[in-house]
Amino acid sequence: MKREIPLIITSIAGIVFAVSYFIPHYPFGKAENIFGDWISIVSAFAIWLGMLNLGEVSLRKIIRKTEGWQLGVIVLVSMLVMLIIGFSSVFNAISSGTSHMAPGTGLKWMYDYTFSPLSATMFSMLAFFVASASYRAFRARSLEATLLLVTAFFVMVGRVPLLDPIVNALGITDFPFFSAVADWIMTYPNSAGQRAIMIGIALGITSSSLRIILGIERSHVGGDA
Amino acid sequence: MGNTLAIIGMALLGLSLIYVLYRTIIGNPVSRRVVFVYVAFAAGLPLFMDLLPPVHVTPDVQALVDALEELPPNSKILAAFDYDPPSAPELQPMAEAFFKMAFKNDLDVIVMGLWPQGPQQADQAIAAALLDPDVQAMNPQYGIDYVNLGFQSGNEFVIQRMGSGFKAMFSRDQRQTPYDSIPVLQNIVNFSNIDFVMNFSAGKPGTVEWVQFAVDRFGATLGAGNTAVQAPQIYPYLRANQMVGLLGGMSGAAEFEKALGMPGAGSTMLLSQISTHAIVILFIIIGNTAYFRTRKRKNG
Repeated sequence: MKREIPLIITSIAGIVFAVSYFIPHYPFGKAENIFGDWISIVSAFAIWLGMLNLGEVSLRKIIRKTEGWQLGVIVLVSMLVMLIIGFSSVFNAISSGTSHMAPGTGLKWMYDYTFSPLSATMFSMLAFFVASASYRAFRARSLEATLLLVTAFFVMVGRVPLLDPIVNALGITDFPFFSAVADWIMTYPNSAGQRAIMIGIALGITSSSLRIILGIERSHVGGDA
Repeated sequence: MGNTLAIIGMALLGLSLIYVLYRTIIGNPVSRRVVFVYVAFAAGLPLFMDLLPPVHVTPDVQALVDALEELPPNSKILAAFDYDPPSAPELQPMAEAFFKMAFKNDLDVIVMGLWPQGPQQADQAIAAALLDPDVQAMNPQYGIDYVNLGFQSGNEFVIQRMGSGFKAMFSRDQRQTPYDSIPVLQNIVNFSNIDFVMNFSAGKPGTVEWVQFAVDRFGATLGAGNTAVQAPQIYPYLRANQMVGLLGGMSGAAEFEKALGMPGAGSTMLLSQISTHAIVILFIIIGNTAYFRTRKRKNG
């Protein structure tokens, strides 16, 4: 029963969502709304589950003193500090009738001065790695690599006003040539490639979904595929 | 003074690349730390300039601006903030310009987020927009002219559920005010009461999900601002007329600001992106020049 019940719920939910897309009326519309509410609730619990899992992994790392256990301490302390400040801000907001993120609240301060700059810093590192990788590895070694290189060049100079202002200032043309080429690349070759990928993914998802709804694919409940 | 020093710094940076080219050609490429220093200067020096780059407004951006400008006063816009701080440099300038435009044109904005940090980014954008003298003259009021419904978990299923009723997903706003007590939400039941949906997105759930559910299923009119990385995935939907327009990356933000006549962070920070692009392109050219020279020498 431990496996059958989840399989039955999965099948019913899958059939309801598929049918209600085409027949959004009673009873399918109603059932879709109920399952929609469930998804929202389950997703909220999933956030907690993820957090607890991260806490458990970090704690285990600290207890066993495995490599990088100090990072686990930072994770746990950061998580606890954010949780305490977050909950106190939420309780204060409920009692005072304001937003938990209103200026002056602890959560707003933590968000603006720790979370935002730290996460933005992590992401901004990409520019450095991209530049370094481009210098060391992006070579026109084959026809495919050359095509990629030429395309990348036109997109990079066309998506920002880099060469067009120079070309226009020199009087060569008053038409934004590089911007137009980049736009053409995005509109035609890029869209065609994206559509091909999307159709492939959609067909894959459809077949996987059917296997799950019909109970053929059972790996998500711990069974064999 | 700041401008002159920054321009001199950029010129020296460009000239010093000749040495990097020489080193690379003789088979002694510079270390990645040197590349990092170049990128740091290329991204940092333009921040000291107060020049505005010459921006050409592309048709996709102009179409979005036209659609927004055509909305009559008191039109209802649902603004979905589906991004977090890492994507803020690209998306925040778009959001600020959007709020300035909406408040100046007396449009009603309903904010929500499928990403937990989205509504906070919206709050920051609103705070920045409220500093604009023209916006202050309009005196937009929370609850009457705009509202922040906050984050709701459930990804695209939130959009699907909102199709039958917004209240089911957002029974209260971020300040815990009940849905029915918020003036701007009076008579808003579902997407049929919304005139325009504006989505700022950095991934999943984001613009793709808004197209698939809000547009395809519930007939919403959608415009979007995306990170430069995500924008190529959105073009098929744009070309199929499932969206009215698209702002792609920081250049999209700068174009949006120019088309609205409100230069802001997008326009000034675009200089940084231009010089970083230039440095990356020059490094690619140097790397490939050295590669072909070496190959020629080996073959010869």
